[in-house]
Amino acid sequence: MAADWRRAHLVERLPQTATARSLAFTVPGWPGHLAGQHVDVRLTGDDGYQAARSYSLAAPAEGERIELGVQAVADGEVSPYLADGLPVGADVEVRGPLGFWFVWRPEQTGPVLLVGGGSGVVPLTAMIRAHREAKSPSDFQLVYSVRTPEDFWYGDLLSEGADHLDVDVLYTRRAAPGSSRAPGRISADDLRGHVSRLAGAGTVFVCGPTAFVEAVSDHLVDLGRDSGSIRTERFG
Amino acid sequence: MGDTPLHRDGNWLAGPLSEILAVEPTRAWWRCPTCGMAGPLAQLHVYGPEPGLTARCPGCTRVALRLVKEADHVWLTMGGATGAFRFRTA
Repeated sequence: MAADWRRAHLVERLPQTATARSLAFTVPGWPGHLAGQHVDVRLTGDDGYQAARSYSLAAPAEGERIELGVQAVADGEVSPYLADGLPVGADVEVRGPLGFWFVWRPEQTGPVLLVGGGSGVVPLTAMIRAHREAKSPSDFQLVYSVRTPEDFWYGDLLSEGADHLDVDVLYTRRAAPGSSRAPGRISADDLRGHVSRLAGAGTVFVCGPTAFVEAVSDHLVDLGRDSGSIRTERFG
Repeated sequence: MGDTPLHRDGNWLAGPLSEILAVEPTRAWWRCPTCGMAGPLAQLHVYGPEPGLTARCPGCTRVALRLVKEADHVWLTMGGATGAFRFRTA
């Protein structure tokens, strides 16, 4: 497949949280992609030094326009620059789309449970958007774990009560006013009802920090879910 | 996404391996000869930092592959043994 590096032109930057951004690029020759796939982004310094990192695609492609979700990591080499330094109108290089394991295709009709922690919601959001665009009959549920209400990405799309999507938000540090659940890490009890609704069918997609993914995977297996039906993506 | 030193997973090997493989690798099936755990390459645990990546069995941490990226080459060791393949990429 030998994916080539392509020029990507930054056309729009939208804040998602204090440190997270949506970046939209136009990529001439972009071949399209599946929900859940990612790209490698490569930056080249004036001295020729190159650094590449992987970022999830946050939406289905609109022609040559792609959207990435970037969480600035405090001591990161690439992400703070992408999040706030790279000027709109500037170019980077991207390689992709990449990955065929952590993907949802509109022809999949089984029920789907998405479990995202923090910026792990980015590829799940691409699946939610693809599901909506395709008017898929597949039952979609999202369990979204965030530290505080200020850490919530894609508020318009993922708020509880959104169309065509059952969203359950779990706060780990400080809950939204009126929330009935005390703040805390995701537990098996938080997942029990969602897993029951799958009735043993479908696929569970889990994305987030490594510790989150490990904990959720363990809970799912404890709840009787076959590990072969759980697809995970960790980002350290 | 991968800007931290903790482990990631084989999903993120798709880009580096695309430089030397003709087939998309993340769905490739792998079985650990030590503990018997089986699954796709995407679910291996991957440790950095770049440019050196080590993919390990999620069950027992046995090395599944090592990959080192240079400007014009990718070095690939399969199975954790000594002896690496060097692929010219430029």
